[in-house]
Order: sequence, then C-alpha cells, then structure tokens
Amino acid sequence: MPELLEHTEANPPASPATLVPAGTGAGERRARGDLRLQIARLERELGELFASAFPRRGLEWRVGAVGGPRMLSTGELERIRDALAARLADTRAELARRADAEEANRGLVERMIAEPAEHRWVKVSNEDVGEPGCRHWHSRPRWGILGMLLGWWRVRLSSGCPLAAGPRPPAPDAKRSPDGT
Amino acid sequence: MSGSAEPGTELGWLAGELREEFPGLGLHQLTVERGSGRSTRATKDRLRVLSDRFAGAQAINLRHQPIPWAYRVFFRHIGLDPDHQRTPVEELALERMKHGGFRSRSLLDDALTIATIESGVGVRAFDADRVSAPLGIRPTVAGEALEGRPGELPPGTLVVADAERPVSLLFGAGASGRGVTPKSRRTLLVAIQVGGVPAIAVEEALWLAAGVLRG
Repeated sequence: MPELLEHTEANPPASPATLVPAGTGAGERRARGDLRLQIARLERELGELFASAFPRRGLEWRVGAVGGPRMLSTGELERIRDALAARLADTRAELARRADAEEANRGLVERMIAEPAEHRWVKVSNEDVGEPGCRHWHSRPRWGILGMLLGWWRVRLSSGCPLAAGPRPPAPDAKRSPDGT
Repeated sequence: MSGSAEPGTELGWLAGELREEFPGLGLHQLTVERGSGRSTRATKDRLRVLSDRFAGAQAINLRHQPIPWAYRVFFRHIGLDPDHQRTPVEELALERMKHGGFRSRSLLDDALTIATIESGVGVRAFDADRVSAPLGIRPTVAGEALEGRPGELPPGTLVVADAERPVSLLFGAGASGRGVTPKSRRTLLVAIQVGGVPAIAVEEALWLAAGVLRG
C-alpha cells in the first residue's frame, strides 16, 4: 500500500503565530524529555500494579492533573512525576498491608476447617482472602440448635454469588402474538 | 472525488515546537465520501461480537497494553489525568462494562467504536465540508476560542485546528458546527498518533472506521 508509506506532512498555516513555551533551551528540553521518560516508566508500573491488584477494591489510583491539554513546564512535569511516584509508593504499601491481612485470613480458614468448634460463627469471605467472587467460609453448627448444644460444628462453604437481580429478560416466545404467529 | 476514487490517508501539520517537544506526535486523516446514517445489521452484529470478545479481563489489562498505555502516558505529558478524562479506548471499555455491551447509536458512532476498540487508537470525525483539511495540532494564542463554547481558551491550549480556527481540543470537546450531522455528505476521520504508537496502527484505525462507514 504505497499510501501507507509515502507520507509527507502538511505545512502548518502561517498564522496564528505559535506560542513558544517557557524554557525552550536545549538543556530545558532535554530535562523535560527525561521527565517524560520517568513519567512513562512510572505509569507503566502503576498500570501493572492496577492489574495485579484486581479484585481488591477501594484503592486510590488517581494522581490528579495540572490542567491541559497544553505543553507543560519542567516544574509541572516534575510535579506529575513526584505525584506518580508517591501514588505508586502509597498503593504498594497499601497492597502489602492487605496482602498480610489476606495471608492471615487464609491461615484462619485453614484453622477453621481443622477445628470448626474453636472458631464458632466465624465467617471469612473471598474478599478477605483477596480473591474474586462472593464465596465465604462460615463455621456453624450442624442441625441448628441441636448441633450447637452437642458441639457439632462444621465449616460451610457458600455456593457463590447470588443470581443477578432485576427484571428477568423476556422469554424467547414472549414476543409472539396471542394467536401464536 | 467520489466512489472508489477516495483519497488515502493524509498526515496533518504540526506546530514546530510540538514536533520538537513531542517526538512521535502526529495527526492522520482520511476523508470518506459519505456521512453517517442508521447503523446496518451487519455493523450491529459486529459490535455485538466485539462486546463478547471484550470482557472484564481485557478492560483490566488495557492500561499495560502498549497502545492504550502510550495514550495514558501522553495524557499525563499534556497535563490530563487519564483516570479523570479517559483515553478514547478506556472510555469505550468503561461503557462496555457499565452497559454490558457496546451500544449501537449510528453508523458513524459504531464505526468509531469498532475502530477504536480493534486498534486501541481513538478516532474522531468532522464534517469534511465544514473544516478545511488538512487539519493539524497547535497551541492556541490569546483570544482564541472554541466555537459554541463559552469563554476564550487559555493561550497554549493544544487544539486540533484547520487553517482558520480550532475545531476541537486535543482529546477533548469539539467546536459546535464542525461535527458530522445527518445532513453531512463527507466525513473527515481523524486519529492522533503519539509517541510509542506505530503509524501503521493509526492507519489501521482510520481504515477500519472508513470500511465500516462504506459498508
């Protein structure tokens, strides 16, 4: 496809006059280029963290904007770089804290399963162990009050998420007219 | 020019300081000799298949795929927060998650959705008879405004412009009266290339959109 290969960029119109940003020296431009590379690297790390954090909720990912679209000065780029680095550090720390709690909860589930009577009425959800879904482990008595009196405890594993709420979609034959056509 | 004799893609112009400041930035455009209209059954089917292919896992992994990542990075470079003002592909992904599928609106909207999701490159459209191609990217100067929007744009705002006026903010709102309406006869498809996005992906996005529009 020659049209894909043979491009010549059109010339910008003579007016209006273009605006030259503050700090147009070669050194300044190089500094901004370095900052942009650092922002790109931090954004990649934040993206990887975002994917690995799923399905955990309630984490803050926003960094904030300095206002645009426009060419940013060195100071503004530095501010974005610093904000990204701070967000990355905060989110990593929060994820590490949650990972410790999830590990402790996984240990708790194992102990619950081994000794249900020692963990009466304890309930651990998938969210508590950092997994997707609505499953939960619940230590409860077998046969209700009888099991409670006799100390027959067990861990029940729920079957998963409840069915979607809301109106049921129309049945395939609901569109038919009363005479069946 | 009409029918099969439609021209190929064209590179837009770029203000000199932008070329130095943002290597890899570019504007690609393609004129299609038709406007919008009602979406066809085939296009709706294609959108449905795309909805089935694009699930939560794809949406979560979007931001560390090379092209969507490159647009996120560029948003940061120009002072936008991509978690507040989303990149075109992330905006569509969010809509897909909220509504359970890509919703069909019109032939043009569906074409832009298909092109953006398939390629990762955002495509937007203008009425080709109401802008004077080629378009380009430049910063505004004092006193310029976006038609139909209140107030002047701050000097230095990056805009997509024709020879006379800004026609939209870069990755933002468009000027009123320049978009495609039911009366439009020719459509100018525009895609912005940023550093890290190969030109072939941008071309592909434009051809995908043009292909859907032409039917």
